[in-house]
Amino acid sequence: MSKVIVKVENAGMSFDTKKGKFVALRDIDLTIAEGEFVTLIGHSGCGKSTLLNLIAGLTLPTSGNLFCDGREIAGPGPERAVVFQNHSLLPWLTCRENVLLAVERVFGRKEGKGKLKARAEAALEMVHMDHALDKLPHEISGGMKQRVGIARAFAMEPKILLMDEPFGALDALTRASLQDELNGVMEKTGATVVMVTHDVDEAVLLSDRIVMMTNGPAATIGEILEVKLARPRDRLKLAHDHDFVEYRAALLEFLYQKQVKKAA
Amino acid sequence: MSAAIITSDKVVQMTSGAAATPVRAANEAAPVVPPVVAAASREPRTPVSEILLNIFKAVFPPIAGMVLLIAVWALLAGSGGSIPGPLPVWEAAKVLFADPFYNNGPNDLGIGWNVLSSLQRVGIGFGFAALVGIPLGFIIGRFAFMNAMLDPIISLLRPVSPLAWLPIGLLVFKQADPAATWTIFICSIWPMIINTAVGVQRVPQDYMNVARVLDLSEWKIVTKILFPSVLPYMLTGIRLSIGTAWLVIVAAEMLTGGVGIGFWVWDEWNNLKVEHIIIAIFVIGIVGLLLEQFLLLLARRFSYGNS
Repeated sequence: MSKVIVKVENAGMSFDTKKGKFVALRDIDLTIAEGEFVTLIGHSGCGKSTLLNLIAGLTLPTSGNLFCDGREIAGPGPERAVVFQNHSLLPWLTCRENVLLAVERVFGRKEGKGKLKARAEAALEMVHMDHALDKLPHEISGGMKQRVGIARAFAMEPKILLMDEPFGALDALTRASLQDELNGVMEKTGATVVMVTHDVDEAVLLSDRIVMMTNGPAATIGEILEVKLARPRDRLKLAHDHDFVEYRAALLEFLYQKQVKKAA
Repeated sequence: MSAAIITSDKVVQMTSGAAATPVRAANEAAPVVPPVVAAASREPRTPVSEILLNIFKAVFPPIAGMVLLIAVWALLAGSGGSIPGPLPVWEAAKVLFADPFYNNGPNDLGIGWNVLSSLQRVGIGFGFAALVGIPLGFIIGRFAFMNAMLDPIISLLRPVSPLAWLPIGLLVFKQADPAATWTIFICSIWPMIINTAVGVQRVPQDYMNVARVLDLSEWKIVTKILFPSVLPYMLTGIRLSIGTAWLVIVAAEMLTGGVGIGFWVWDEWNNLKVEHIIIAIFVIGIVGLLLEQFLLLLARRFSYGNS
């Protein structure tokens, strides 16, 4: 197995609420290797986003430890880029400036202005957004905004890319094209990714491993499914692929039989 | 929001408070002009009757309001008493505006000079208030400690009429003019501090998360995230400040004397030229309205489609 990028040891997260202590996550153990694509899947409220935020360093665990590249995670950092669900582009900056802001932080000390700009443009080109370099976020569609969000994260050349339901707010067709896009970028860059999703097809199509979370409160890892489908993956061919159907069935079984969501 | 001083109802309070009301009256005076423009730029395809109807709909209510105002005024003036009616005021205005910038020595200046001199005081007092208030608002919004520390001070001083500070200004500056400017400073600073601080506290958490993930420096956070995000709030604060300042300057000048529209009103009262006082009321209203409209225009320029 290749180099370990992220290691989660016995991590737990609880919040103090008015009704007392609320345990969101407990006993999480997980290692993520370089170049791996890991998906966190589960019903809403199972703490999958909480786990992602722990890895991002946006929140700190109340018990246990997290390490990135051997160092304890004590806060957010550019080596762990995040793609937010609602894209979170700054509305007063153009697409290029949004990406440039991230690039400057990471490479600004070593590289000149021209090189930084080239980096930003290359990242936008990779997600096929080079036609909208000087557009403001409100001038482009939701799918395009998310492409820029992904470009911003990739441009930082992070050790690991964290995606919190990146395609959750998009329509099904746009989502499919962005998934293919992401698959393409993965082939090119070999990036390490952790993605939160509640879309079964998306999980199987993109992942090397799928981490299935039990229902909260006090959610933890239920099962881990290894997806051994050859890459590059083609959604049309996979639709009839026997293994793909099996993986999909295994996920559905976990989500809808073993972890039945009580009526909300 | 946390247990901060800066709660949303305070902002609302300031909006619906004194600043908004006097502008209203003058509001009805302005839109009489547009019909000519609208008629000239009509498109050939739409039927003429429809255009006329639209013009009528846009223009009739404000004109009706103005007519009502003048009618009530004429009625009050006609029913005895000493208030001059619309016609004598109109005649006086024609004489007055024939030469608004005459200069017969420091005690007899045209109305134009008086308005300009008031605007200058407002500008200076307001400018200093912006220099102090906006950075202070940023600090209060950004650091909970400063918020907790300055909250009682601001809560205590904000409700005080700025005119109560006038004697302090006279004492310190030994002159009427800077004392009036000082009152403007005091009344302008609160809306600016409070609105800026609210703006800083309401910066969307998403943007702050971006800042944290990118690990931006405090300087970059201020210039690339906080400032653009707070700008619309700041402009609201500026608009409220200017509105209040324009209210206060009239009263302050009545007390300090010298040159200025407030002093002019008082002077004309002493001369018993009531027509001129009514003219001054319109002038003050129109200038206030113009200031407000200009700042609204500026605010529209800097509101980003946050979708």
